[in-house]
Amino acid sequence: MSESAGLSSTASAGNVEAEVFYSVEDLGAVARRLRRHIVTMIGEAGSGHPGGSLSAVEIVTLLYFKLMRHKPADPQWPGRDRFILSKGHAAPLLYAALAECGYFPVDELHTLRKVDSRLQGHADRTHTPGVEMSSGSLGQGLSFAVGTTLAGRLNAESHQVYVLLGDGECDEGQVWEAAMAAAHFKVDNLVAIVDNNRLQIDGWNCDVMNLEPFGKKWQAFGWHVIEVDGHDFAMLADAFTKAKLVKGQPTVIIARTVKGRGVSFMENKAIFHGKAPSAAEVEIALKELE
Amino acid sequence: MSGGVSPREAYGKILVELGRENSDIVVLDADLCQSTMTKYFAAEFPERAFDCGIAEQNMVSIAAGLAASGKIPFASTFAVFLPGRCFDQVRMSVVQSRLNVKLVATHGGISVGEDGTSHQAIEDLSLICSLPGMTVIVPADAIETAQAVRAAAAQEGPFYIRLGRPKLPLVYTEDYCFEVGKAVTMREGGDVTVIAVGIMVAAALEAAEELGREGINCRVLNMPTLKPIDEEAIISAAADTGAVVTAEEHLEHGGLGSMVARIVSRHRPVPMEMVSLKDAYAMSGKPAELLQRYGLTAKDIAQAVRKVKKRKQG
Repeated sequence: MSESAGLSSTASAGNVEAEVFYSVEDLGAVARRLRRHIVTMIGEAGSGHPGGSLSAVEIVTLLYFKLMRHKPADPQWPGRDRFILSKGHAAPLLYAALAECGYFPVDELHTLRKVDSRLQGHADRTHTPGVEMSSGSLGQGLSFAVGTTLAGRLNAESHQVYVLLGDGECDEGQVWEAAMAAAHFKVDNLVAIVDNNRLQIDGWNCDVMNLEPFGKKWQAFGWHVIEVDGHDFAMLADAFTKAKLVKGQPTVIIARTVKGRGVSFMENKAIFHGKAPSAAEVEIALKELE
Repeated sequence: MSGGVSPREAYGKILVELGRENSDIVVLDADLCQSTMTKYFAAEFPERAFDCGIAEQNMVSIAAGLAASGKIPFASTFAVFLPGRCFDQVRMSVVQSRLNVKLVATHGGISVGEDGTSHQAIEDLSLICSLPGMTVIVPADAIETAQAVRAAAAQEGPFYIRLGRPKLPLVYTEDYCFEVGKAVTMREGGDVTVIAVGIMVAAALEAAEELGREGINCRVLNMPTLKPIDEEAIISAAADTGAVVTAEEHLEHGGLGSMVARIVSRHRPVPMEMVSLKDAYAMSGKPAELLQRYGLTAKDIAQAVRKVKKRKQG
């Protein structure tokens, strides 16, 4: 498959009735392309959040290009699996995936954060096709996902609901209110993924606000917990398969990741949580991502 | 404050009716269904009722998720917690997201009584009316409550409906027809207009009676929809009567009085007086005692009318 052409053809309108809309063999190539988009668009915008976008690339790639049922030509298709981006600052990652799937033209990624763009600084359901929830104020996505799952249950729909949280986001009390509620309501088609890159704006999680024992906390709240390497497609895919088999309780996949993954000078650097790369840095990054 | 009909009870009952008519209606509560009266819905439709426990933020965002998948959620708790406890969730998950969530807050104002300041919502209307695209309704009695809830269910978009704790005298009969965004002329008069909401509508009518005996003729407007407010009715009132008094069970800041003053000053400047809570918290006490102590009675409205009439005559 060529670097830019292959995917949008898989998303052609003629294919929308199929059960699985994407089955991309070379997920690595897609992931690399998403990383290039992220670095380029944030560099052009002059602001944005590269670190936490890059850390979750494999998770989002696997979901949008392998596991989820969705129709880019019909973003509101009721039968779609839901992906809810709770860590709304990783919007560039979501935009890159949506554009590559065909929700809107890839060229539009250049408009990120500019006046009148459909691509707002944080994920915004009122502006962007394919964005399920407006986020950016952390801590609300898991609750929203619980509501989405309950609606699916009432509508007797079988869709999966995926919600991506940051680990720093789990400082928010509402995350744990929602965790309690998800277990209480026994929503077993809900999978939360925590992008566990261990960094937040002010530094390492353990120094800012210790989350440990993190997995045990989720377990104590009634969740099935799976911990994996969040950059390993095979392990992630295995985790999602196992999550689907769990009945009567929700599953959380704690994905161990590296903030800024793929760009050497951004990796494990808190400063690149919310700082755009300079033009020179973009150039270096794109070389590394060839 | 004795006698009358409970608006909360009317809310609980109409929810059940709506639930029978439309299977997309769902109800959320935060461990207060006995007080908000969502218990009736929960009893008849347990699979569509979600008690979220004492977690209002979570409740509001869950409601947003339900709405995003086509449900019509009614989420209820006390007005101090909704929007106070979960303002950001209302802002982001519901209003900015333009989702079809209906927030019905009970126990608004100081007429909550003995529970004291922690349970007396006096800032909620200021907070909720600040949100772009929100529809805000404060019914005056049980009949208007039922109709406002029905209207909210029928109209797409986020709604906030504020109810009080006490029973209220009926100011309407069953043939009343509530319309979102429309003021209702309760009584005609040419000297002064009293614009009131919620429990102050009955007080305004009582004041108008008393003033009538003194030869002062008041127009009384009920303004059940605070947002979008009926600008036309306000401008006509100012033009026709040349003086306006507002009456509300809320802080002066950001409430009905502030909103009316904004419109009057821009379109038809006339003398105004505001019967409202001043910049302070109240205390525990019987509802009637508190309303008297903090200047929210028919007598206070009558006094304000006399004062504004003098100012009008200059």
